[in-house]
Amino acid sequence: MIGALSRNLLKGDKRADRVVPPSGFTANLTLFVSGAMAFLAVFALALSLASGRVADRWASELARSATLRINAPAEQRAAQTEAALRVLRQTPGVAEARALTLEEQAALLAPWFGPDLPVDALPVPQLIEIIEDEPGYDPSGLRLRLSAEVPGAVLDDHGRWRRPLVDAANALRRLALISVLLIGGATAAMITLAAKASLAANAQVIEVLRLIGARDSFIAGAFVRRFTLRTLLGACAGTLFGMTAVLLLPGASEAGGFLTGIGFQGIGWVLPLLIPVTGAAVAFAATWVAARRKLKELS
Amino acid sequence: MIFRYCLQAKNVFFLGEQVFLIGPGAGIETCHMLRQEGRQGDRGRVLIELENVSYSYGGGQLLSDVSMQLAPGSFHFLTGPSGSGKTTLLKLCYGALAPTTGRLSVFGEDMGRLDRDQMAMMRRRIGVVHQDCRFLDHLTLAENVALPLLVSGRDPKGEEENLKELMQWVGLGPRAEAHPPELSGGERQRAALARAVILSPDIVLADEPTGNVDWDMSQRLLRLLGELNRMGKTVLVATHDLSLIRAAKSQVQARVLRISQRKLQLAGADL
Ligand SMILES: Nc1ncnc2c1ncn2[C@@H]1O[C@H](COP(=O)(O)OP(=O)(O)OP(=O)(O)O)[C@@H](O)[C@H]1O
Ligand SMILES: [Mg+2]
Repeated sequence: MIGALSRNLLKGDKRADRVVPPSGFTANLTLFVSGAMAFLAVFALALSLASGRVADRWASELARSATLRINAPAEQRAAQTEAALRVLRQTPGVAEARALTLEEQAALLAPWFGPDLPVDALPVPQLIEIIEDEPGYDPSGLRLRLSAEVPGAVLDDHGRWRRPLVDAANALRRLALISVLLIGGATAAMITLAAKASLAANAQVIEVLRLIGARDSFIAGAFVRRFTLRTLLGACAGTLFGMTAVLLLPGASEAGGFLTGIGFQGIGWVLPLLIPVTGAAVAFAATWVAARRKLKELS
Repeated sequence: MIFRYCLQAKNVFFLGEQVFLIGPGAGIETCHMLRQEGRQGDRGRVLIELENVSYSYGGGQLLSDVSMQLAPGSFHFLTGPSGSGKTTLLKLCYGALAPTTGRLSVFGEDMGRLDRDQMAMMRRRIGVVHQDCRFLDHLTLAENVALPLLVSGRDPKGEEENLKELMQWVGLGPRAEAHPPELSGGERQRAALARAVILSPDIVLADEPTGNVDWDMSQRLLRLLGELNRMGKTVLVATHDLSLIRAAKSQVQARVLRISQRKLQLAGADL
């Protein structure tokens, strides 16, 4: 029966729709609310996608790595580096430790000092890249040993302060997804209320239709069509406004970090287009259930 | 069976491709023959049957132990004082109410066992003129009369000729575009009759169809009901107007059922 109804819905039936009297004001309310809900859904969706991207990027950069920096006079640098590597190899929880080559260090500094920097002629600290393994090393113990054996070593475990940020981004993504679900639920509740009000206001009409031999699917169809089309229309407008607003946000840039990353990228632009379709499906189901329930009360 | 309505002044039937003139006497015979032909399947079958039906709205019993049979092509009056349960009995017949006890079958099927869709189908075969007419006030009269076509999935466009003739038949041609609240009581009741018969039902139930019209108009409505009966429809008219029943005796062969003290009785010829 629902299949027949949706075919009927697509066809549209002007005459059958006239059977239920028009309701100007409440119709506009339904349009407005579904539009607003779609608008909010676009933002929640954009936020969840953006925070998801940030979380993924930071998580991969984190990759359980740390850096050891050796500030030593030029003549002691090789010796201290050697000593630090030795200490690191003996430290439980360190999977790999590797001194960066001059070229790698020059590449890291290039953004600041230009490509022609004579790294070997400057008192640039030697960097050692540390890769942790599960479950990781004990940073304070390592610091203690290093301070005894390699006085010029500074341990910078940037991964550790970034981890809460990744957690925060993941929490934000979860919240945004929950918001999308709540918006869907609120839309269903709103349509149900509107449909119930409409069914109650048209109780006489429904009764007359039953008396002259209308089947439930005919009566429910008139209401379902009305609310589904209204929601679809409102949600299309709301989605369009929402997408335009997202489009007008400043583009993603390195300098702006997370805030400028809110928006859709590539295939992500297809996602908000699903909002009106989903909204219409929600309205269809909500009205259908409300109408069936109401009709059951009649003979 | 397709029939088209065009009786008004000239008393002419169109039935399929054939045309029958109804004069005094002979014409009625023709219609009787037609009825017999058209209703082969129904012959001898009771259309509506009540067996020991009782009904109460919650308080005391309004109807008790009512048994009744409506045979195909019969014409019955249902009478009784106001508040005796005439409307209630009709509602039982078209399934708006379910009997408290007893058995009620329509077209040979137990009404209590019909599901909602079957109930809708059953109602398409029973045309009802409600005491309060029951129109959709935001639609025009023509749309209201054509509503049963729409809800039964037939295209009212294709039946426009039929609709026009039907509106002529009840004398409402010029009022087709008016809205129900703009009509007089008699006009509304004639429109209700038109809506009741547009699906060419087997049974016509009319609840006080002459409730708020003058004598001439009630005679006209009675004639329309008589014509329907001659076309083979089973007719049941609820009315408390005894003079209407007396006037009908010259036109149709009618039986009179009376509700009195919660029971249904066949009234004698002493009306
Ligand atoms: N929905 C209802 N709930 C409770 N009581 C009702 C209901 N409908 C009717 N009644 C009562 O049942 C009794 C019979 O009502 P009904 O309408 O069948 O009478 P009626 O014979 O058609 O009267 P009238 O000639 O005035 O139309 C009345 O006393 C009425 O008050
Ligand atoms: Mg009554």
